[in-house]
Amino acid sequence: MKLYVLLKMVPDTVEELNVAGDNLSLDAEYLRFKLNDPDEHALEQALLLKEKCGGTVTAVALDAPEVDDVLFTALAKGADRAVKIPADQAALGTVATAQAFAAWFAALPAAPGADTLILPGSQAIDDLEGEVAACLAELLHLPFLGVVCGVAPAAGKVTVLKEFSGGLRGRFEVPLPAVLGIQSAEKPPRYVPVAKVRAAMKSAKIETATVAPPDPPRVLALQRMYKPEAAGRAQMLEGAPEEIATRLAALLAERGVL
Amino acid sequence: MSATILVLVEQLRGAAADITFEMLGAARKLSAALQRPVEAVVLGAQGAALAGQLGAADRVLVVDDPALDQPGADAAVGVLQQILAQRTPALVLLGGTNVSFGLGTRLAARTGLPFVNFCKGARADGGAVVLTSQLFGGKILTDVQLPDARGIVSVYPGAFPADAGRRPQAPPVEKLAVSAPAAQVVFREFVEPEAGDVDITKQTVLVAVGRGIQSADNVELAEELAKTLGGAVCASRPVIDQGWLPLSRQVGKSGMSVKPRVYLAFGISGAPEHWDGMQNSECIIAVNTDAKAPIFDGAHYGVVGDAVELLPLLTEKIQAKKG
Amino acid sequence: MNPVNVSVLGLPGGGILWGLTLVAFGVFGWRTWQLIGLLRRGRAEDRLDRPLRRLGHALQHVLLQPRVFDEHAIGLAHWLTFWGFVVYATCFNWALVKGLLPMLPLPFPDEVPAVALFLDVFAVLVLGALAVALARRLFRPPPHLHLSFDANFILGLIGLLMVTMLLGFAFRFVAAGEPGTAWTPFSRLLAVALRGTPPGAAHRLATGMWWLHMITVLGFLVYLPYSKHLHLLASPFNVFFSNAATRAPGELTVAGAQEDLTAGAAKWEELTWKQLLSGFSCAECGRCDRACPATTAGYPIEPQQVIQKLKRHMMETGLGHAGPNGNGRPRLIGDVLTEAELWSCTTCLACMTRCVVWNEQVPLIVMLRRQLVSQGAVQRTVQDMLANLTRYGNSFGKSDRMRARWVQASGLKIKDARKEPVEYLWFVGDYASYDPRCEEITRKTAQVFARAGLDFGLLYEAERNAGNDVRRVGEEGLFEMLRDKNQQAFAKAKFQAIITTDPHTLNALRHEYAWNGHRVPVKHYTEVFDELLTAGRLPLKKKLAGRVTYHDPCYLGRYNGVYEPPRRVLRALGLEVVEMPRTRHHSYCCGAGGGRIWMEDTTKIAERPAESRVREAAALAGVPTLVTACPKDIAMFRDALKTTGTEGQIAVRDLAELVADAMEI
Repeated sequence: MKLYVLLKMVPDTVEELNVAGDNLSLDAEYLRFKLNDPDEHALEQALLLKEKCGGTVTAVALDAPEVDDVLFTALAKGADRAVKIPADQAALGTVATAQAFAAWFAALPAAPGADTLILPGSQAIDDLEGEVAACLAELLHLPFLGVVCGVAPAAGKVTVLKEFSGGLRGRFEVPLPAVLGIQSAEKPPRYVPVAKVRAAMKSAKIETATVAPPDPPRVLALQRMYKPEAAGRAQMLEGAPEEIATRLAALLAERGVL
Repeated sequence: MSATILVLVEQLRGAAADITFEMLGAARKLSAALQRPVEAVVLGAQGAALAGQLGAADRVLVVDDPALDQPGADAAVGVLQQILAQRTPALVLLGGTNVSFGLGTRLAARTGLPFVNFCKGARADGGAVVLTSQLFGGKILTDVQLPDARGIVSVYPGAFPADAGRRPQAPPVEKLAVSAPAAQVVFREFVEPEAGDVDITKQTVLVAVGRGIQSADNVELAEELAKTLGGAVCASRPVIDQGWLPLSRQVGKSGMSVKPRVYLAFGISGAPEHWDGMQNSECIIAVNTDAKAPIFDGAHYGVVGDAVELLPLLTEKIQAKKG
Repeated sequence: MNPVNVSVLGLPGGGILWGLTLVAFGVFGWRTWQLIGLLRRGRAEDRLDRPLRRLGHALQHVLLQPRVFDEHAIGLAHWLTFWGFVVYATCFNWALVKGLLPMLPLPFPDEVPAVALFLDVFAVLVLGALAVALARRLFRPPPHLHLSFDANFILGLIGLLMVTMLLGFAFRFVAAGEPGTAWTPFSRLLAVALRGTPPGAAHRLATGMWWLHMITVLGFLVYLPYSKHLHLLASPFNVFFSNAATRAPGELTVAGAQEDLTAGAAKWEELTWKQLLSGFSCAECGRCDRACPATTAGYPIEPQQVIQKLKRHMMETGLGHAGPNGNGRPRLIGDVLTEAELWSCTTCLACMTRCVVWNEQVPLIVMLRRQLVSQGAVQRTVQDMLANLTRYGNSFGKSDRMRARWVQASGLKIKDARKEPVEYLWFVGDYASYDPRCEEITRKTAQVFARAGLDFGLLYEAERNAGNDVRRVGEEGLFEMLRDKNQQAFAKAKFQAIITTDPHTLNALRHEYAWNGHRVPVKHYTEVFDELLTAGRLPLKKKLAGRVTYHDPCYLGRYNGVYEPPRRVLRALGLEVVEMPRTRHHSYCCGAGGGRIWMEDTTKIAERPAESRVREAAALAGVPTLVTACPKDIAMFRDALKTTGTEGQIAVRDLAELVADAMEI
């Protein structure tokens, strides 16, 4: 199988996120980026599929801070190729990102065939314009399913498990070639020791693709970006237990869990 | 055809999800400001039976092709695309849930309408609509303007009150002559969650117990509450160590990381090892006898009180509210 | 009389003796060579540095055997048995040479009065020692003592040797009609008892005893390299080659390695020859198991069995005997040793501190852990921890920029060692920096340093986890990365010494960092407080009264020998220090080391190490406080107070808190 894993770097929320002076973007001073969590699962799912039915895994990413680390880690985990598309990912919204990937696929010597599966992560925390996976599927005119938690290959198609909620899942059949938005892999992402990543950095190479940068970079114009009001300490509820219980029940209703 | 606000009714296995009513409520509010009617779109034969609950809409549009009873966005995208071509609604509201996943993005790609994700707030501004969306798990908010109030919006579950979308009257129903295109992605069957132990990482509501519940018997009380809320019981390490709950229920650094919509912490002090595992919960409500317990620094709501006393009271109040 | 001058079945005694000797030595030599061959299949390691130091260490521990005396009853017994053996081996060879080469102008050993006295008295002492050993084995064996046929057989053999010797002397006296001399008091007594034997018979019996004795020894020589008593041969070398003489305890760097050992060992051939030697040297005494907190708590590990299973596996696969499953060789990790077994170790060093033959169990376990890490076969929680350490340089998964936030919260002005020179660089450590439970202790420690007039500073955000536990979990690559980052930060800062509050950090910085030739003293804060108090530079405002007990952290005590300074500090504060039964190098690990604080328990545990320790402290009469000097101890013991329900009986405090109390901070 030809497996393509699309990796996106997202701001690391471990750091305090601050808004830049223009009130339209994040303050870049202490901003760090890390691999989008579902994308890590997508890589794992691809590697599992490769182990099961052979083939190649190609990891593709746009240029972003710390993306080299991520691509080398993918190689150390077992990916066969790593490709970096020289478009500044932080400046692009979802649609433009999908366009960049679509352009890369269009430039491949062979179009995606019946042995091809494209595995981006299902969604990301900065998907204001929507999910890259769904957008890419539309641009490539390929079948799509998101929130995927299991992939089993069959002849010319794959049987896919999708998560609904509360543990309920659905089984679907998807013809190949297709785009699957992976939410979680069948096994947790594997650990690769630092020594192996360092070895990959020395011995392996990241290919650079040549693809025209998409324009416009964003579809939505932000009016304002800001931090929510500081949470501070918990809002303490006072009163007799009965009153508190009533108040809590109302709170839970507001939260949509009743 | 004048512009309308279209709400896609979200349903699974014949039941309308809460998000549907949340969206209807939001649509109603915008409808008043924008002077546009609210239309609820129901897909599938099973869905058609829900029309009576959708009184908050001015009109219910039904596409009762049985092929649409199966979950699967492919057919829905195709149908919505046709509806949008026929009726030019300005604003389309979709649920930000797994059921409707990807619908908005795909529809936007096909129609050229702008799509806004993670919407938690909406207000009219003249003839435009300003949507407030969250990013980065809620740490940052953005305001996006849709000029002429035209666009597709994915509504974040729990952001709008569901009550505002429930009205007793039965709305007029219109059957649409739209057929579902052949879906490439074919639904086969549902896979029920395994009976037996629960995966706490997949729960929307968790009732967590710590040493403050004092004994194994009191875990019962938490189970009752969890059942009422459709969630599950989890615990901090000392409770697991005592053997009052199995390892699979442990939340924390050495246990599982959970991100439920609501995390009710009873008798949990909030030690970092535990906090690590649940800090990203959307709403943390903590009950502890110690006013200085660290959990109150990070929780959204706090009660200084006895968990054992509060648990049954809360269960009672919630049952009353639901019933 | 020359007992060799006999003829058996027409063959001359001399010839028979030669024959037996050649066969015995031949088999012994061949087998020994075979075993050495196994060792040579292991990886290279340089254990010949500082040979004189090594020799001194070996002489001390092989000849005097101080470690055996930690279990008093058997200590003396073993020492006597060992010396008896040495003496008899010498005399045996002497007698053998004389027997093989009768023309040598050499008396038999028992013909030399001084030697005869030695032999005579020792035989009785050894018999006494054997009786003690036998009684211990039969009636009150300590746990984990391997009660094997081998061991009892050897005891029997040695007994037979002593008895044949004494009887031989006695019969010789009876045959010669001599009353025996004062040089052989016990044989003389025996001779008196046997005086009824007719001289001819006595002569034959004396000769017979001599032959029986010689054949027994030759037989023993053949049996030795096939039995557990191989440790007789191997352990002196093991002690000589031990790193105890030349490096810090438990240090993990392999000197002179010719291959990259980052990925550890997947097969026994990938261990170093020294690690393989440990199997031959192990005397199966069980001291390591008795000391191990993981074994006692019920975790699936016994240090002795790790060594023994490795040895058996190596011998079975290396010497061509078929393994239990005829098809395919058993995997070292998985079949012979289990993953759970390898992860159970807390690296507390209790086993290595007790081991009489100076085996190095912990580095062996770490080497095998490296293989597991290399395969990614690591528990989820540990994976997450390692990912946090890789990305953020701390095990809490918090931003590296948050590391020094506690300074702001404390309201103190602390120098930045990256910007201005300081005398002491305070390497704070992850727990002290990030764990809110430790925040108060860290703040108080800073205030104590300031009040004491110490010129100190921090690396602030440039500090990274020192890597001690990362290394012991087996992520050698990550350890090197952390070490590099820290060393880069050190290179840019100006300081004369390092002070740290975490013994794990102390250990790594003191022994496992390269320093590029600019080595500085690395001290634990208890050592610095001790120095300050002695110099009168720690201004105490009041004396604390009462009794406390002190827990020696593993990485401060066993690893770095710092036992007295914390006690001196406590006494200088006015406290009475009451020792727990397991004190100093017997200190009982809290169970957090070796990365275990990051791991989940997957098996049913009888009693966690921290709980056992806290109960031990609570059992002391009139002692309300358990004092320790390691942040992991604080975390583990405070948790254990809750789970054992001893919160009312005893409190856990860090030594720094007590100093702060006395200074009224």
